[in-house]
Amino acid sequence: MSEFIHHQTAHCENGVTMSLLQHHGVDFMTEPLAFGMGSGLFYIHIPFMKVNNGPAISFRTMPGAIFKRTCKALDVKVERKKFKDPKEATRFLDEKIAQGIQVGCQVGVFHLPYFPKEYRFHFNAHNLIVFGKEGDRYLVSDPVMEVTTSLSTEELERVRFAKGALAPKGHIYYPVEIGNITQEQIRRGIEKGIKRNCRDMLKIPGGIAGVKGIVHTSKKIRTWREKLGPRQAGLHLGQIVRMQEEIGTGGGGFRFLYAAFLEEAAVIMQNEQLAKVSETMTKAGDLWRDSALQMSGIYKGRLTEQKDFDACADLLVEISAVEKQAFQELSRIKF
Amino acid sequence: MKKSEVPQDKSALENFTREVCYVKNEDGHYDTELSTGWEAKKVALDEAWKEIERRTLDAREQIKKGLASPILYFMEEKLMDFTVLSGYTGIWKFRIKRHLKPNGFKKLSDSTLKRYADAFEISVDELKNFKA
Repeated sequence: MSEFIHHQTAHCENGVTMSLLQHHGVDFMTEPLAFGMGSGLFYIHIPFMKVNNGPAISFRTMPGAIFKRTCKALDVKVERKKFKDPKEATRFLDEKIAQGIQVGCQVGVFHLPYFPKEYRFHFNAHNLIVFGKEGDRYLVSDPVMEVTTSLSTEELERVRFAKGALAPKGHIYYPVEIGNITQEQIRRGIEKGIKRNCRDMLKIPGGIAGVKGIVHTSKKIRTWREKLGPRQAGLHLGQIVRMQEEIGTGGGGFRFLYAAFLEEAAVIMQNEQLAKVSETMTKAGDLWRDSALQMSGIYKGRLTEQKDFDACADLLVEISAVEKQAFQELSRIKF
Repeated sequence: MKKSEVPQDKSALENFTREVCYVKNEDGHYDTELSTGWEAKKVALDEAWKEIERRTLDAREQIKKGLASPILYFMEEKLMDFTVLSGYTGIWKFRIKRHLKPNGFKKLSDSTLKRYADAFEISVDELKNFKA
């Protein structure tokens, strides 16, 4: 098999999907395309749940879904395995590496030595590729890093068996069989990815997910100053900004990444409407950036009044409307 | 966001990596650009760490007052919640809650203490003789 090429991407799962598929000859695969076919964009604000003592908010779909859906759309057969015993997991990995197979691994970042300490929380849905072994060290292509790194057997075992929510349990996955992918398959994959994303953003009942979820958060924000006090309220806003802007998102809560997908899709599908919605999605991303700036004014202690919290909330209402318009337009497109 | 507007602020990513941002280039098409960081989110991360420090200090105070056991301090220090600590120790959450009280902690066997110490990556001695 040919030499492995490391690609840096915004988001780890897109990166693993893209790199593994490209390595198997699917050379047209890009990060935005993987994200779009996998219906990666989302919004959810889970009530009564706390993450690191802050609100549980996500701007993307559930971990694992992008790889699964993108591979399925292209009829790529995937092998995946989880383990109880770390030694067994390492044996299996060694076997695959010896066969020259590159594999995706789910890991926790708390013990990941090449990450800055400031970023090492108990977050267990990170993904990387192991593409070889030199002596005792596994060669690692982590999509968010600029260059490849390496991990010792103990280090890798530890991150593959991190504990807590979404514990990876040694989860390992890789494509096994890739047929000839036709242009028609790609077009169908894009269409399906868009339709599924429209459903996720517009049709989930309950008011905490999709465009309605954004309004839900805005309502909460209006109450935080009174209910939690300025300091705790500021920390909650900080958590939103981190989920939205941190490394892995491509900026603007994945909205720019989705806009990039729509731009690519417009060319592949030869559909001008998709390019137009891409512009709307860019506007949503820009508004998310504006709201992050407004929120940062609060947790920096520069803005302290209720009207400042209301300004954040108003921006979120506006964003919700922009995204609603974008997905309604998408759902009306006839491919 | 335009390519020319990508913030290049100092952040904790320095000397580790730069991050990929999706941006519009001069021709109005999507492109990627590497960023060293953005001040607005750097402050959010800094504040989150200040809060962790505050919580560990608070845990120390509670231990001093005899209201909590050393497990609370190390839980905060290692950013663990009950799910994480339960995962690493194999001890049920409701039992951990009991061990957070000084009385529950005193009754712990050495083997249980060892499970906690391993999860916190310290020795049993350090855990047992922790001075708040």
